[in-house]
Amino acid sequence: MAVKRDEVTGTEITGHEWDGITELDTNPPRWMSWCLRIAFLWALAYWIAMPAWPSLSDFTPGILNYQQRQVVADQLAAATDAQSPWVTRMAGMSVDDIAGDAELRDLALKGGKAAFGDNCVVCHGTDAQGRREFPNLADDSWLWGGSLAEIEQSIAVGINSNHDESRQSQMLAFGRDQILDRSQIQKVANYVLSLSGADHDWKAAIMGAETFSDNCAGCHGEFGLGIEEVGAPNLADGFWIYGGDLATVRKTIHGGRQGVMPSWSKRLDSVTIKQLAIFVHALGGGQPTEDGDESD
Amino acid sequence: MSQSETLFGFIGLGGLALVSLVTVAISHDHLMAIHGGMFFAAALLGTVALITYATRRKPISPESLEYNDEVTRAGILIALFWGIVGFAVGDWLAWQLTYPALNFDLPWTNFGRLRPVHTSAVIFGFGGNALIATSFYVVQRTSKARLAGTLAPWFVLLGFNLFCIIAATGYLLGITQSREYAEPEWYADIWLVVVWVTYFIVYMKTLARRAEPHIYVANWYYLAFIVVVAMLHIVNALAVPIALGATKSYGLFSGVQDAMTQWWYGHNAVGFFLTAGFLGMMYYFLPKSVDRPIYSYRLGIIGFWGITFMYLWVGSHHLHYTALPDWVQTLGMTFSIVLLVPSWSAMINGVMTLNGAWDKLRTDPSIRFLLAAVAFYGLSTFEGSFMAIKAVNSLSHYTDWTVGHVHGGALGWLGLITFGTIYTLVPWLWKRPGMYSSRMVAWHFWLGLAGVVIYLTSMWNSGITQALMWRTYDEAGYFDYSFIDSVVAMHPYYFARALGGLLYLLGALIGAYNVWRTIKSGMVETELPKAQPEPVR
Repeated sequence: MAVKRDEVTGTEITGHEWDGITELDTNPPRWMSWCLRIAFLWALAYWIAMPAWPSLSDFTPGILNYQQRQVVADQLAAATDAQSPWVTRMAGMSVDDIAGDAELRDLALKGGKAAFGDNCVVCHGTDAQGRREFPNLADDSWLWGGSLAEIEQSIAVGINSNHDESRQSQMLAFGRDQILDRSQIQKVANYVLSLSGADHDWKAAIMGAETFSDNCAGCHGEFGLGIEEVGAPNLADGFWIYGGDLATVRKTIHGGRQGVMPSWSKRLDSVTIKQLAIFVHALGGGQPTEDGDESD
Repeated sequence: MSQSETLFGFIGLGGLALVSLVTVAISHDHLMAIHGGMFFAAALLGTVALITYATRRKPISPESLEYNDEVTRAGILIALFWGIVGFAVGDWLAWQLTYPALNFDLPWTNFGRLRPVHTSAVIFGFGGNALIATSFYVVQRTSKARLAGTLAPWFVLLGFNLFCIIAATGYLLGITQSREYAEPEWYADIWLVVVWVTYFIVYMKTLARRAEPHIYVANWYYLAFIVVVAMLHIVNALAVPIALGATKSYGLFSGVQDAMTQWWYGHNAVGFFLTAGFLGMMYYFLPKSVDRPIYSYRLGIIGFWGITFMYLWVGSHHLHYTALPDWVQTLGMTFSIVLLVPSWSAMINGVMTLNGAWDKLRTDPSIRFLLAAVAFYGLSTFEGSFMAIKAVNSLSHYTDWTVGHVHGGALGWLGLITFGTIYTLVPWLWKRPGMYSSRMVAWHFWLGLAGVVIYLTSMWNSGITQALMWRTYDEAGYFDYSFIDSVVAMHPYYFARALGGLLYLLGALIGAYNVWRTIKSGMVETELPKAQPEPVR
C-alpha cells in the first residue's frame, strides 16, 4: 500500500479515515517523553522517601520516616513553647497585674485581638461597636462593670448562660405578664426616654414617674442610672442595646429582655480570657479598678 | 421502531407509573409524595409521547442507513436551556456572596440549596446533555452506522433530563445526600443507573454495527466517559434509605472512607465526565471544523491511556493534610504530577491539529472557541497538577483559588468547547449554510473570554489573599487576621467575580438567541462545504 502523506506538513498519514478525519503519524515531541520520564523518576524518588504503597495490613513507610500527625504535633508544641515564657507568667497573675506590666500588656493586647476576632466579632462586630441587641464594648456604658476584673468575670461565666455561676439578669415581661397595662407602659416608656433627654411626651412622662419607682427602680435605680451588680443598664446615659425609640422601649417593657452571652471558661483557657479582658478594656470604655468593686 | 422496542417501552412506562404511584401511597413525607407524583407525570407524558410517536410517523427500519439526529437536535437545545439556568443561578450565587441579602431570607433560595442547582445544572444539565447529544452524533458518523434502537436513545436523553429535574427540584425543597456533585437522593440515583446502563447498551450496539474496521479515538473517550461514570456513580451512591417511602438515606461509608469515596467519585467526575467526554467532543469537532488531520495518532494513544489509567488514583489530592493516611496522600499527589504529561499530550494534539489552518481562526469565530477551550484545558490541567503538590495545596486548599481553578476548567474548557461545538453542529443538524450571525458568535466569544479572565483573576487574587491572611502571625505567634477580616477583604474580588459571571451569562444568552434564529431562518444550504460530515451513502 502506498504511503499517503499530508500535503501541508509532509507527515505520513496512518491510513485510517473516519468521516473524513485522518490521523498523522507524527512522533510525540521529544521534550514530552523527557517530561514523562522525569515525572516518573520523581514519583519513584518520592515513593522511596515517603509513605507510599499499601500492603495488606501496612504500607511502605519511606526512608524519611515522615508522619504528618507527628509534624503537626511538633509544630503545635513548638508554638506553645515559644509562647510559654509569658503565658506561664500570665497564668499566675491577676488581670490587673498583667495590665500593669508594660511588656505583658502589649502581648495580652495582641493575643486578645486574635481571640476577639475568632470568638467575639460574630455578635459584637469587627470594630467591637456592637449592633442591635448586642452591646457596644467600646463605649462607656457597662452592664456588669467595666473594670478589668469585671470584664474578665463576664467573659468567663457569661450572662444568662449555662455556667453555674453565670451572671443572671432577667428583665420581667411587664406587659405580657400583666404587671402593667398598655397605658402604664406608654407612660413609663416616656418617663424612661425623659431620663436621657430623648424626645418624649412630657405629660405622659410625669404620669409614668410613679410607675417607674414602683416597678423599675428596684433594678435600674431610683434615677435610672442602672445597677451593675444585677446587670441592669443605665437608662439615662443615652446608650441603647435594643433601641432608644418609643416603640422599642415599649416593646422592651412589654416583653422584657433576657439577653444571653455564652460562658467562655470551658472554650478558652484562663490566659486567653485575661488577654481578652485587657483587649476589651482598652477599646475605649475601660474603667479603673475600684477597691471592693468585685461583687462575686 | 421495532415492535419489541415499542412493547418494551409501554411495559417500562407502565412499571414506572405503578412504582411511582405506590411510592406516593407509602410516602413518609410530602417531599417523597411530590417526587413520586413527578415520576408518575413523567410516565404519563412518556406514554402519550410513545403512542403519538408509534402511530403518527412512518416506521423507520432499524437497519436504515439514515442517521438518527432527532435526539441530538433535542439534546443540543436542552443543553442550552440548562446552561442558561446554570449560569444564571451561578451568577446569582456570586452576587449573594457579594451581597448576602440577595438570598431574600427564603429557605428555597439560600446558598446551600441553590449551590447544587448551579453545579448540577452546568455539569449534568449543560455538560451531560451536550455529551449525550454529541456522542450520538459522533458515534454514527465515525462508525458509518445508524444509532441502535429508536426508542432507547430517546429514553436515554429524556430519562437523563428527568433525573436532572428531580435533582434540581429536590435541592430547592431541601432534599440532598450532601455528597458533592452527587447530591440527589437514593431513588434518583437508582433511576440514573437505569438510564445510564441503557446509554451504555445503545452506544455499544451502535459501535458493534460499525462499518469501519477501527474505532475512532473520539469514541474511546466517549466510551470511557460512559463506563467509568457508571462505576463511579454506583459506588458513590451506595446508601440505605430509612424507609422505602422516605427521601432520606444513609451512605454505606463513614468517616475517612466516606471522604475518600466522595473524592474518588468527585475527582473522577472531573476526569471522566468533564475531561474524557469533552475530549471525545474535541477529537471529532476540532478536526472536522478546521478540515485538518489529527496531529498525532501516538499522542492520541498516550493521552487516552495515560488519562484513563492515572486519573483514577488522584482523588486523594482533595484530602491533603486531613485524617486520610499519609500513603494515600502520597499516591494522589505523585500520580497527579505524572498525569500532567498525558493531559498535555491531548492538549498538544488539539492545538497542533490547527497546523495548516491557523488562518481559520481569523475567519471562523467558532474555531476560536475550540482553540481557546483547548488552551484553557492546558491551563487547568497544569494548575490542577500544581495544586495537587502538598506544599502548594497547604496554601491553596479551602481558598477561592480552588473555586477559580474549577471555573477555569468549567467556563474556559467545557463551556467554550461546547459552544464551539454547538456553533459547528447546529448548521449541520438543521441543514443551514452557517450560523444566523457570525458577528454574534464573535461577540459571544469575546464576552465569554472576558468573563472567564475576570473570574479567574479575581479568584486567584482572593484565594491567595485569603491564604496569606490565614497564615500570617505576629512576632508573638498570634494571628494577625481573624477569619472575618479575610471575609471582609474578599468583597471587591467577589464583586468582580460576579461581574465576570454576568458577562459569561450574557454571551450564552446571545448564543442561544443566535441558535434560535439559525433554526428559524429557513435558509437552506445549496452545496456542502468541504468539512461537512459525509452524507449517508
